[in-house]
Amino acid sequence: MTNSTLARRAAPSRESLLSRSAAMLIMLICTFYFLVPIWWLFVAATKDRSQFTSTSPLWFGDFNLFANIGNLAAYRDGVFFRWMLNSVIYAGAGAAIATILAAMAGYAIAKYAFRGRELAFNVILGGVLVPATALALPLFLLFSQVGATNTFWSVFLPSLVSPFGVYLARIYASSSVPDEIIEAARIDGAGEVRTFFTVATRLMAPALVTIFLFQFVSIWNNFFLPLIMLRDEGLFPVTLGLYVWNTQVSQIPEIRAFVIIGALLSIIPLIIAFLGLQRFWRNGLGSGGLK
Amino acid sequence: MSTRIALRAGALIAVTALALTGCAAGGGSGSADAACAPAADGEKVNLTFTSWLPGMEDAVKIWNAENPDIQVEVQTGPNGNGGTYKNFFNQIAAGNAPDLGQIEYDALPNFRVQDGVVNIADCAGVMDAKSQFVDWTWSQVTFGEDNAVYAIPQDTGPEALYYRADLFEKAGIPVPTTWDEYAAAAAQIRELGGYITNFSQSDINAFAGLVWQAGGQWFTNDGTDWTVTMDSPESAKVADYWQTLIDGDLVAKYPPWTDEWNNAYNTGELWTWVSAVWGANTITSGAPDTAGNWAVVQMPQWNAGESAAGNWGGSSTAVLTGSKHPYEAAKFALWLNTNADALTSMNKTANIYPATIEGAKLPVFSEGLDFYGGQKIYEVFAAAANEVNPDFTWGPTMTQVYTDVADGFSQVLAGNGTVLDALKTGQDKTIEALKAASIPVKG
Repeated sequence: MTNSTLARRAAPSRESLLSRSAAMLIMLICTFYFLVPIWWLFVAATKDRSQFTSTSPLWFGDFNLFANIGNLAAYRDGVFFRWMLNSVIYAGAGAAIATILAAMAGYAIAKYAFRGRELAFNVILGGVLVPATALALPLFLLFSQVGATNTFWSVFLPSLVSPFGVYLARIYASSSVPDEIIEAARIDGAGEVRTFFTVATRLMAPALVTIFLFQFVSIWNNFFLPLIMLRDEGLFPVTLGLYVWNTQVSQIPEIRAFVIIGALLSIIPLIIAFLGLQRFWRNGLGSGGLK
Repeated sequence: MSTRIALRAGALIAVTALALTGCAAGGGSGSADAACAPAADGEKVNLTFTSWLPGMEDAVKIWNAENPDIQVEVQTGPNGNGGTYKNFFNQIAAGNAPDLGQIEYDALPNFRVQDGVVNIADCAGVMDAKSQFVDWTWSQVTFGEDNAVYAIPQDTGPEALYYRADLFEKAGIPVPTTWDEYAAAAAQIRELGGYITNFSQSDINAFAGLVWQAGGQWFTNDGTDWTVTMDSPESAKVADYWQTLIDGDLVAKYPPWTDEWNNAYNTGELWTWVSAVWGANTITSGAPDTAGNWAVVQMPQWNAGESAAGNWGGSSTAVLTGSKHPYEAAKFALWLNTNADALTSMNKTANIYPATIEGAKLPVFSEGLDFYGGQKIYEVFAAAANEVNPDFTWGPTMTQVYTDVADGFSQVLAGNGTVLDALKTGQDKTIEALKAASIPVKG
């Protein structure tokens, strides 16, 4: 290796060391900012009620996490875990079906030419601008007309639509599903539906995971719709359940401890979903642009 | 093929649009004021009851076992101001409200003004039940109208003074019996490094309770018009009193119901709390290290020798508009709030203190509590419950009033403005809100 090559190699890293350190510092601060509340939550959940205010908030007292979880499970016959299951079904099954629906819509808009295609797409895109809270009350009135409020479907059905997912799916389908492959599949005798499920979805996999994750989080956090629709404690998602408990604190102060432990447990499925699937969407977001 | 799809899509859109307009046209129903008739003989009636009291199902189970023809299903949700009142109004508009709902006294005028509750005076047994309840609770559910009952009182929050008996004794400070003595004690306690109490920026209904004790009113209704009097002389007297304490740094400023607030009691920084009967449990839970050191006495008075009490909180059980079985619903509501087993159950699961005269004599209220040095604290509250002014009136928009005044109070604690200014601003905003809602108001 010549000296000039070495110099060329060394120079770039020396120049950007400062900017790299600055970037790392900012990222560290941001990481700290986001993680400290979770740390507080974890520490708080391990404490017994009596130690709650007398020990430092950022460090442990006596370690009582499992006893606290046990008390939470015993309160009202374990309704908290019912709520967790509800949330997982609303969000998991809801996001899965929403992903399929959005993928089909996006694929159709991307790959089929039909009259009104752009109009349909623009209307759907307009749906991205409407926040879920604005839709909750009209949905309540709609469901009241058919007498379906306070049921599982009243929260599940509205969760199956994802305009943003349609947008993502369309973009991804146009860029990563080549028309030639579809032609080839048609020539081989595959029907449109079969082509979609066996060929296109595999190519669109990273986008599908992204849509799934977005929709999962959005359904998990959707608070106003269950608040308006549900009156049966057994149907609550965990976000609404914890909120209801929190409003009862003045009646039964002990419940505050359950709210805190419940909050810690409730973020676990989201963490699992993200950490488990991040491999897919990290790869995918970038590769669609490499065409 | 594409034309057929377009036609189908068009039809679908049209049908949806029609359905939506149908929904928009459906509106509120009138109030169901008809005579209260029971269901046909042998017909089984199913009622729904929305309550946020924890453990309500246990009390209802007792009823369901004894009344196979009238079965009640309990539904739940957040507390009233946390969303359930809004849900009631939405459900009344949509026609699927529960038969019975838990409504706090300060929210009942709101429902009355919007025709959200049924007048159950004609239902069997309701008017006769008046003598079972503490008098002021009955005024809260009848608004002084003749031949009208809008809800059955459930529980009350008579106020008294919780104080650290050990700290007062050690410091040699006599327990205050008047507000003047309270202010003097506040100064002495501050010298020792503590605070006599915390000024709550967000418990506006507690502040209203203090005005209630002083004989003041925030709202009056002469039958047609409302008058908002949040700056009335008694209200101003209470406001100025607390402003003096705030100015002299004699009260703490923690946001209530937080860890810091609990900690301040737990470490002995705060020496007293003017609070309702249900506050006993809050102290036990939030300040466990202080067990055995507390006691309860009548709350401070404006004039020596008096025994007026304020009230903080309390709910009623109302029959909501649109219920198809007001007779059975009223029957259940009466049972729930007068039956000894039901009241004991609700006290056990939700710490409520009954609104009935007999309820104050339940066995559970005659025990001494270790946390309070063995004192039978409920005797103080039973006495206080009988000293609450029966004429206090809540306005029809209390949730908004609380928000407006709480904003003002947090400014006061930050050093901007006085308590009275906050009340006046709240009053102006309330008058505007009432006018905007077309509710007749003077001024």
